[in-house]
Amino acid sequence: MRKEGAAKVCGTARYIDDITLPGMLHGATVRSSIARGRIKKITFDPAIPWGEFTIVTAADIPGANCIALIQNDWPCLAAEVVNHPEEPIVLLAHADKHRLAEAVAAVRVEYEPLPSVHSIAESERKDAAVWGEDNVLKSYLMEKGDVDAVWAGADFIVEGEYETGAQEHLYIENNGVIAEYSDAAGLTIYGSMQCPFYVHKSLVKLMALPEDKVRVVQVETGGAFGGKEDYPSMIAAHAALLVRKAGRPVKIVYDRAEDMAATTKRHPSRTRHRTAVTKDGKLLGAEIDLVLDGGAYSTLSSTVLSRATIHAGGCYFWPNLRVRSRALATNSPPHGAFRGFGAPQSLFAIERHMDRVAAAVGLAPEELRRRNFLRPGLTTSTGQVIPEGVDLEHLLARAMELSGYKEKRQRFARENERRALKKGIGLAAFLHGAGFTGSGERRMGSVAAMDATADGMLRVLVSSTEFGQGTNTILCQIAAETLGVDYGVVQMGPADTSVVPNSGPTVASRTAMVVGRLVESAAKEMRHVLTEAGLIGEQYSTEEFQRAASMYVGKHGQLRTEGHYEAPPNVFWDDELYRGEAYGAYAWAVYVAEVTVDTVDYRVAVDDFVAVQEVGRVINPVLATGQVEGGVAQAVGYALYEKVVWQKGRMANNQMTNYIIATSQDIPPIRVYFEEVPYKYGAYGAKGIGELPMDGPAPAIVNAVSHATSADFCAVPLLPEDVMTKLAQVKSQVVEVVGA
Amino acid sequence: MRAAPEQYEMISPGNLAAALKLMASEPGRWLPVAGGTEVMVQYSAGRLPQRNLMNVWGLPELRRIEVTPDAVVIGGGCTFAEIRAHKAIAAEFSMLAKTAAWVGSIANQNRATLAGNLANASPAADSPPALLAYEAEIELISVRGTRRIPYTQCHLDYKRTALTQDELILAVRLPRRFAGWRDYVRKVGTRNAQAISKVCMAAQALVQDGVVEAIRMGMGSVAPVPLRLAAIEECAAGRKVNATLIAECRQLLDKMIAPIDDIRSTIEYRRLVAGNVLEDCLRTLAGTA
Amino acid sequence: MSLQRIVMTVNGVERTVDAHPMERLLDVLREKLGLTGTKEGCGEGECGACSVLMDGSLVNSCLIPVAQAAHAQIVTIEGLGSPEKLDPVQEAFLHCGGSQCGMCTPGMIMAAKCLLMHNVKPSREEIREGLGGNLCRCTGYMRIFEAVEAAARKQESEAAR
Ligand SMILES: Cc1cc2nc3c(=O)[nH]c(=O)nc-3n(C[C@H](O)[C@H](O)[C@H](O)COP(=O)(O)OP(=O)(O)OC[C@H]3O[C@@H](n4cnc5c(N)ncnc54)[C@H](O)[C@@H]3O)c2cc1C
Ligand code: FES
Ligand code: FES
Repeated sequence: MRKEGAAKVCGTARYIDDITLPGMLHGATVRSSIARGRIKKITFDPAIPWGEFTIVTAADIPGANCIALIQNDWPCLAAEVVNHPEEPIVLLAHADKHRLAEAVAAVRVEYEPLPSVHSIAESERKDAAVWGEDNVLKSYLMEKGDVDAVWAGADFIVEGEYETGAQEHLYIENNGVIAEYSDAAGLTIYGSMQCPFYVHKSLVKLMALPEDKVRVVQVETGGAFGGKEDYPSMIAAHAALLVRKAGRPVKIVYDRAEDMAATTKRHPSRTRHRTAVTKDGKLLGAEIDLVLDGGAYSTLSSTVLSRATIHAGGCYFWPNLRVRSRALATNSPPHGAFRGFGAPQSLFAIERHMDRVAAAVGLAPEELRRRNFLRPGLTTSTGQVIPEGVDLEHLLARAMELSGYKEKRQRFARENERRALKKGIGLAAFLHGAGFTGSGERRMGSVAAMDATADGMLRVLVSSTEFGQGTNTILCQIAAETLGVDYGVVQMGPADTSVVPNSGPTVASRTAMVVGRLVESAAKEMRHVLTEAGLIGEQYSTEEFQRAASMYVGKHGQLRTEGHYEAPPNVFWDDELYRGEAYGAYAWAVYVAEVTVDTVDYRVAVDDFVAVQEVGRVINPVLATGQVEGGVAQAVGYALYEKVVWQKGRMANNQMTNYIIATSQDIPPIRVYFEEVPYKYGAYGAKGIGELPMDGPAPAIVNAVSHATSADFCAVPLLPEDVMTKLAQVKSQVVEVVGA
Repeated sequence: MRAAPEQYEMISPGNLAAALKLMASEPGRWLPVAGGTEVMVQYSAGRLPQRNLMNVWGLPELRRIEVTPDAVVIGGGCTFAEIRAHKAIAAEFSMLAKTAAWVGSIANQNRATLAGNLANASPAADSPPALLAYEAEIELISVRGTRRIPYTQCHLDYKRTALTQDELILAVRLPRRFAGWRDYVRKVGTRNAQAISKVCMAAQALVQDGVVEAIRMGMGSVAPVPLRLAAIEECAAGRKVNATLIAECRQLLDKMIAPIDDIRSTIEYRRLVAGNVLEDCLRTLAGTA
Repeated sequence: MSLQRIVMTVNGVERTVDAHPMERLLDVLREKLGLTGTKEGCGEGECGACSVLMDGSLVNSCLIPVAQAAHAQIVTIEGLGSPEKLDPVQEAFLHCGGSQCGMCTPGMIMAAKCLLMHNVKPSREEIREGLGGNLCRCTGYMRIFEAVEAAARKQESEAAR
């Protein structure tokens, strides 16, 4: 059962906005109103009693004015220029939060506007150079075989262009932090976040403080999905600056409109495919050109692009492949991490493209896929050899059977002729690399620890955070199983950088697989220590173990053991050439969506959804099923509802009323099935699961809509307006043919 | 929350007479708040210009549903939850019951009032098309007395109504003269719950052997005010529903509506879908769908 | 403008607060009465995180001026059960995995509670409608539906005893 579950269902779990410190001020942010320009002047309307406010500008930053991520180009506060709407410029704090809205509106910023770009096409054309010389935040070239040689021998060459839109995380809890400061303890940040050590690293630089004078504590976090990977460093930095100037604790909690307008989204994308295939449906090679819109600063774009690049070929064997990819700058708030991290974009393209390749060749979509699946012994796009046990064909067969795919595919096509409600069924097959890309994990060198308290409570000490995915539960389960004790006596230590070692950020579906493994070794070590000390034997009860631990603590002052990351053997990765073992392991899946398209209002309803996956061992079936269902629901939104309406780089629909996510009345039955093939180097055989379900639904759904309507849809979100436009075109084309 | 509560006043007069007196004493100064599902949204966003509010939630005089021999009279303060649950409304005015069930969510229906829906005068409101098709009348009350106007005369322009500054909507009157009429009602929203309409339509007709003897239709979200489709009603009366009639009606509709582009949809979509819904409506009512 | 003295019954206890009449019930519960179980997700009636029961019916407390809650009976998540003694609906959410990040959970449970008060054996369709105003971004709703069905079964078997 979920560790912190009882507190959550009773409303006693404490999130950041539930916490109040004595003497606390409330902070607010003055943001840019234009997309790009030079700041000429900042004036403060004399109608406001400014003496009551704490005011911070870039000039108040003691260290470097940047949020430290990969390249340090993201300013904490704009000083001379702004590069996107809603860029923070001035910070205000006041004891009465109701004074803030008026005060924010009374800070007037005058600009000298500069030209800006607002789409991949505009950035690519260099309508204006808004980042570096060419707007390219990052690019990769990934090659396998000799793709230039395949075109001559192809029976068919199939081309396609695919687009995906931005997506808002819409965690139900907005971003928020509280900062406090004392000379003795230094700076403490409490907040809603995924990665306490990211925030820590960033604050040390910004505030020019020694590492031990910055402490970051994650409190209960109400959803994140990647959206609280980088942005908490920003809002924490703001609170830190205010607390230093005010000398009193400061809370900043965004309201929904601010959170949606100012914080990160999923990268929009455009992918072009050119594929050579034989008349038997054998893939000979492909050229893929992939572009992500990174927004105004580089933030995490290079790593998102990397994952998008590696996943661009999907779960197929490509003898020859070239992927060129770029992340381009535009003048919107930076796009960031979002569940899937680049893979949903490139997998949408390949999985939509596969249906079109199948149509060109004259094969059923599942058959074309089956003939080209990666199998044990074959190599991925990066040359990684597929291990024994991977069996996509089996996943496909199972998904088709569970969804009644074959029969429906034929029946719908037959019945649709006579119906205003058109039905369709479509599928997607895909993979998701678990853990960091390439050498990330090795560079990180993560550590997890366990300790025992004097009264024999056993604690897991990690910087991995809980934000709904079940970190607490899974890690405690792993520790309890390794120690051979009851789950109830294992607790999570606080996610506090002054207490726990750095077990890395809570991202990339790495927690169960990588950090779980570290916890497993820390637990093994603890058992070993107690055995060596002669306090436990081969067999023991939970109580005996606890007694032993508490005796050890009594005698030695503490009982603390660690687990250190060790790379699985024979893992090599070449960061230059993008060759080698891109991920320790992949999760595999085949999803099937059944839809109805209403030709009166062009709305699409998802009627049924089958998700079959292989994610290694499933440590906790309830949590795992919940992860998949939640991911599928988000992806249904990505496919059909969630459109960020941009106006000059600003999200115009930054309200829940106007940014549409699926409600309980829009979600189909989601039927989840697992095949278990344990992974040798994951904790108890686990691989990543959190992101996988975000990848497959959009292409499966759009494939189903295309099946239902016999029209070719190549972009998400696919709103009724888009369905209408395409069907109206199809109708008029038919008329033309008849007329001719 | 972007408003400062201490800058706002709210008075609870407690009964209708006191409320009307307050409105009459300072016309235009006191904004009534019933369920608050419109007003509070504006307020929290820091966009409510009025600082003086008058609480009319729960005034008993506004919260009755009366069934008389020739009409069902629904108090303006009735919530959509109450309207949904009322037997006579469900039986005789099922389109209104259905639209009531569309208004947001359960929590919203427990607060949202019929008068609030009308007085707010959004073209995208869900109850107006049904009221238009039922030829509803509204009863307005002030210290000067009550008056009754056809609902078709209620909306003057975008967000402007025929209410004077001292008036409240007392009730909505639905005449009971449509026994045996068939009905059609459809909301095209952004999703299945919590959705703002992109097109909303209600219609009822007397149909004999495929011939439309009489028909009443209302449509929302396609013009600055909810529209009664009178010209189409006239065109269809006495005729069989076939491709010719449908084409004529669609053409008439095209001329009557003035949809807009906004962050929720496009002119083209609203225009085409309004026509499709009208066609679906005619075919369904005639039994030829 | 002046504070008003407002009396309401919250979770069975009469409470008196001095508040501006247009303060939101949500803020009064959270900030003046310390009942932080009720959450804010949108502040515009859209997400249901702030759902409470007011005189027996489900409402979004972010849209209620506290003056309109005078003399009302309010029930918040804290009024249902505690970790030591869970309400059957809370227990079902815990067991079925109906809560992930927990932000929607208090409001979702209040909506479920309200549904089960009016309908002891709701169908899947009725559950979907009853929870339509409570957005959850984590679960995809399936575990939540199962939790509501489990709670209904439990209530039924308890009623039979
Ligand atoms: C989340 C959400 C979802 C929604 N979904 C829908 C939907 O699907 N369909 C839909 O149609 N609407 C929807 N609405 C809008 C709203 O709920 C309705 O318009 C509702 O009927 C308004 O009633 P109220 O009592 O809450 O109005 P209030 O906010 O109290 O008042 C609205 C206006 O009406 C005036 N008023 C109130 N009572 C009277 C009276 N007796 N006489 C004269 N004037 C009066 C007020 O002064 C104010 O100008 C939604 C709102 C929200 C917050
Ligand atoms: S906070 Fe009240 S409905 Fe979202
Ligand atoms: S559990 Fe996170 S929003 Fe529902």
